Amino acid sequence: MAQGHAGEMEAERNDVRDDGGRPPRAVVGSHRIEEEMFGKAFDSNIVKRIWAFVKPYRAKVIVSVAAVLVFTGTQLVIPLIIRYAIDHGMTPGMVDRTALLLAAGAFLLAILINYAASYTQEIVVGKMAENVLFDIRRAMFGHLQKVSLSFMDKTEVGRLMSRLQGDVNSMQEFLETSVLSVGDIALLFGIVFVMLWLDFRLGLLTLAVLPILFIVRLFWLPRARDAFMAAHETNSVANGALAEAIHGVRAVQSMDRQQVNFVLYDDKAHANLKTHLTAAKYAQVMVPIVDTLTGIAMAVVIVVGGSMVMNGGLDIGVMVAFLFYIQRFFDPIRSLTLQYSVMQRAMASGKRLTDVLDVRIDVEDKPDAKVLSPDMDGSVEFKNVTFGYSPKHPVLKDVSFKVNPGETVALVGPTGSGKSSAMALVHRFYDVQQGQVLVGGYDVRDLTQESLGRQVAMVLQEPFLFTGTVFENIHYHKTEATREQVIEAAKAVGAHDFIMSLAGGYDADLGERGGNLSLGQRQLISFARALVADAKILVLDEATANIDSYTEMLIQRALVKLLEGRTGLVIAHRLATIRGADRIIVLQNGRIIETGNHAQLMAKGGLYSKLYNLNYASFDDIPEEVLEASVQNGSRT
Amino acid sequence: MTSEAIGSATKPRNSLAHVKAAGWGKGLNTLARITRMNLRHPWQVAFAIGSTIIAATLQLLIPQLLGRAVDQTQAAFAGGEAGAIAEQALWISALLLLLVSTLRGLFTMSQNYFAEAVGHHIGYELRLACYEKIQRLSFSFHDQVHSGDLITIGMLDLEGVRMFFSTGVVRMVLLTMLIGIGAYLLISTDLVLGLLALSFVPFVAWRSSVTQLKLRATWLDLQERLSVLSRVMEENLGGIRVVRAFASQAYEMLKFDRASKNALGLAHERVDIRVRNTSAMTFSFFFAMGLVLLFGGNKVIAGEISVGRLTTFLTFMTILQMPVRQIGLMVNSFARASTCGSRLFGLLDMDIEIKDAPDAKPLEISEGTLRFENVSFAYPGAEGRPILRNVSFEARRGETVGIVGPPGSGKSTIAHLIPRFYDVAGGAITLDGQDIRKATLASLRREVAVVQQDAFLFTTTIENNIAYGDPWAKESRIERASESAQLHNYVLGLPTGYQTVVGERGVSLSGGQRQRLTIARTMMLKPSVIVFDDSTAAIDAATEQRIRVAMRRFAKDRVTIVIAHRLSSLMHADQILFLENGEIVERGRHEELLAKGGRYKALYELQVRPGDQIPSDEDGSAG
Repeated sequence: MAQGHAGEMEAERNDVRDDGGRPPRAVVGSHRIEEEMFGKAFDSNIVKRIWAFVKPYRAKVIVSVAAVLVFTGTQLVIPLIIRYAIDHGMTPGMVDRTALLLAAGAFLLAILINYAASYTQEIVVGKMAENVLFDIRRAMFGHLQKVSLSFMDKTEVGRLMSRLQGDVNSMQEFLETSVLSVGDIALLFGIVFVMLWLDFRLGLLTLAVLPILFIVRLFWLPRARDAFMAAHETNSVANGALAEAIHGVRAVQSMDRQQVNFVLYDDKAHANLKTHLTAAKYAQVMVPIVDTLTGIAMAVVIVVGGSMVMNGGLDIGVMVAFLFYIQRFFDPIRSLTLQYSVMQRAMASGKRLTDVLDVRIDVEDKPDAKVLSPDMDGSVEFKNVTFGYSPKHPVLKDVSFKVNPGETVALVGPTGSGKSSAMALVHRFYDVQQGQVLVGGYDVRDLTQESLGRQVAMVLQEPFLFTGTVFENIHYHKTEATREQVIEAAKAVGAHDFIMSLAGGYDADLGERGGNLSLGQRQLISFARALVADAKILVLDEATANIDSYTEMLIQRALVKLLEGRTGLVIAHRLATIRGADRIIVLQNGRIIETGNHAQLMAKGGLYSKLYNLNYASFDDIPEEVLEASVQNGSRT
Repeated sequence: MTSEAIGSATKPRNSLAHVKAAGWGKGLNTLARITRMNLRHPWQVAFAIGSTIIAATLQLLIPQLLGRAVDQTQAAFAGGEAGAIAEQALWISALLLLLVSTLRGLFTMSQNYFAEAVGHHIGYELRLACYEKIQRLSFSFHDQVHSGDLITIGMLDLEGVRMFFSTGVVRMVLLTMLIGIGAYLLISTDLVLGLLALSFVPFVAWRSSVTQLKLRATWLDLQERLSVLSRVMEENLGGIRVVRAFASQAYEMLKFDRASKNALGLAHERVDIRVRNTSAMTFSFFFAMGLVLLFGGNKVIAGEISVGRLTTFLTFMTILQMPVRQIGLMVNSFARASTCGSRLFGLLDMDIEIKDAPDAKPLEISEGTLRFENVSFAYPGAEGRPILRNVSFEARRGETVGIVGPPGSGKSTIAHLIPRFYDVAGGAITLDGQDIRKATLASLRREVAVVQQDAFLFTTTIENNIAYGDPWAKESRIERASESAQLHNYVLGLPTGYQTVVGERGVSLSGGQRQRLTIARTMMLKPSVIVFDDSTAAIDAATEQRIRVAMRRFAKDRVTIVIAHRLSSLMHADQILFLENGEIVERGRHEELLAKGGRYKALYELQVRPGDQIPSDEDGSAG
């Protein structure tokens, strides 16, 4: 910028910096919008949908609920056996020991049943919950393979992944704990019942502490949950900032932001420390309360129970049994209140899962869809096609053209002219609004998508490679292709040399999405992949990004090879490609305005010849204003 | 960015991998180091441990008091004078019990709270240390270590170290107290009954330790398998157009099922391990209880002990049950802290390769002349493959240097050497005669800015992104930079303008828009040297031309280096260097190089007006 500004700007900078505050425009970590974590505790619609996934395992559900009830029963019985042993088998000096042996036998039986029941229940529930988790994930993943591409276009992969992982996991947690909570409820009621049955008055007195605990927890729970949520939130904020520092480290270092970032991160880490200390206070404050209540209950049993024993109104064994029950009966209350949060979380997740499962499938095979045979002629025809992503804004308007078998047609036109949409229609990524797209003479809507896909190979502008070896990427999906065929294809497109220079050659592992290859190299591999697929029709979207001239040359050669003996529909950006085509279709605003080969179009003197004469190496390099001027002239001619 | 240079030949090597094999001695060192960190909070540590000891003692009193109360009741039942005294004693027992329970609760609260507090404090310290270290480690480190590994260290390993005090140390004190004193009390009261009551302890302790360690090992394995599964899903969703283009949904489902089954199988196995052991542990506990009941009952009949004593034994067992099961968790906590700790400390102790020399001085710029003097370079770990050889050139303020050459010729490396992302292997780079290795890094990086080809954008507003290098900047400057980078009009068209959040959760920018934003961000820095590292590849030629015009005034005050594939980006340069295999093979102005008729000329011909014939395959494979 101008010299004059420099001094002034320096002054601005110093002014603000001296006040010692945080820089006004600096943040670390992202502005994250957390998804809603808690829903209604119970939503019958969502429970119904989840139940559909559990239904195949309903026999197991029944077994596990039965097992959990049996298990709870044995837990209740054990103190009773002890009571029996004390009251009937332990009179000092007693000769007959059958009562004690009987008690011991009963005890052994009870713990064997307890063992079997807990084993059965935990194994069955644990495995079932895992199965359901994987089933739900599979259903969602499978659904995403079929939903319309417009949904996929506007939904971030990250968001879908958090559905497939986080949300599915919280469903699993929900399933596991819901069986346990059946046990908890049974245990709670069981203890209350047994205590009242053993001695109604003492039972009532002892249980008087329960409502106190309930009330205390009622007050505690919302506050504690806020504290836990705050801790969770600050933790993910701090972790997010750390992840950003890791991924953006090169940018941070090159702009020398380490100092500022450290101060900002310290704010976040410190906030995290504080919320965690608060959460720890909330978590721990219940401990003395529960212990005091337990102490009260025990004191009541000793004083009241003790005096009842003295009056002969109570067996001493009953008193001991009471002491045992008291030590157990706060557990179910604790886990039941925790259950409540799990339920709410599960409902919120369930809602998001069903949202994904309910996304409409737009493009589906007809029930009587035909299989497109490899012997079809390989022609592509558009008959009065009108198409748009929303009905009101058609991207293609009444477009008709035919690509004859073996012919290469280049689609040319400014951005937004509808080239990419036309290409997507050949493969039936979307359905037309009016008219027909015919492949090999058949309407694409009458064919199975599978067979159509096998005959129409596509090369996308942005080559996408999968993690795996070079071989696996070229061989992708075409399971019958041999290694020789793969190598031959790579040689044909000129990729063989650089593949061999990789450590491991064809077995070299590509980094995440082929990250260790250049764009041009990835392009060549995607060409080889299309060649191996050996389809009759090739639809290709030429890369617009600048590729170095050397690789560019290889790509041009490969293209010729790729189109040999195939019907080709190419969205062309490079003049070399366009000139090589048998026929050129010029699109503008969703309509065909010119067609013909290079010589014919040049002779015609329309838009094409104007664009060509501007002498740019690629149509994409033409400045907008120049383009607009030509387009206006072009449409007048 | 370095992929061009090292990517294909050398696989990323994880320099933190060695710690997996850390031995026992190393593990103990790590635990000692964590303990030293904990001791930096001496009061909290003292409170936590003191509370633990008191809480454990109080807890041990409860069965005694209960047993006493039962005996007193029985005595009272027997009636007589003793009965009346016993009744009073019963009241005292009850009140004592209440008092002990309440106190135990309070001390347990304090034990847990202070134990957690120690952990959170060292967690905070470690977070800062980690963050700072990661920010400062050189590019060569980040090239070799997966970002995912760093995230694991900074999040999961840090947790393992943080939790060591509460789940390891404090628990160990508690268990030692409970089991040790408990065992002493039981055995000293009645040897046989005491041994029977404790008989489940060794079994449960052993089983739970083995199980926890096994679960830990399989957990790591499971995470591995789950990450394969999530990779399959993520790639599928990211590449959904390719999947559909090849009609390979069925194949993808197969891939998914394979990964899914692989993980599910192990998940089932883990359920088995867990359940088999918890059930067995519960059973052994109850079995011991049954034995105490049977033998204790006989002893009561024989008059050797009272019912109250027996109650003491039985309640004592219920108190011991949970802590004994937790031995496994404690063992696990030690194992976890030692592996997590050695990874974490491995990172924190890592040497920073590129840092200020001891006698480093801030750069002083007067003339603003950049000079390469016989610079040679090879990436660390690939020393056998020199990337640059004897590169020398000079550029003065206001000059533009263009660099072209085939892929892998070392162009980007030049961009990385000037701000010292890497250090030269031979020769020197100087700014106004000062060797950049003798200058402070902070001053160097203020003077040298690089516009990278695929720069990282931060998930924040466009304004914050542009002002990243100068967050104090005024709005007017931000807009000026944005105008020069031809971004301003686009931003104004957005509903929330400069406050629009970009990246993951915001609008997604096209490649060209990202590059323009990166250019704007770099223009905020006012460097003496600005390097465009192929940073206009995704911008169309016309917009690039406008940027160049807008930057003319900006370029007057500094050295500009343009690295590009597209010749139109650098034809206007004062000096063009043609790089091949790390050496400058041609240099001069555009016209001079064209006149020379060498490699530059050939490249020019190829780009500006490609021949009417596409070169045929035959002459291609020959060349």
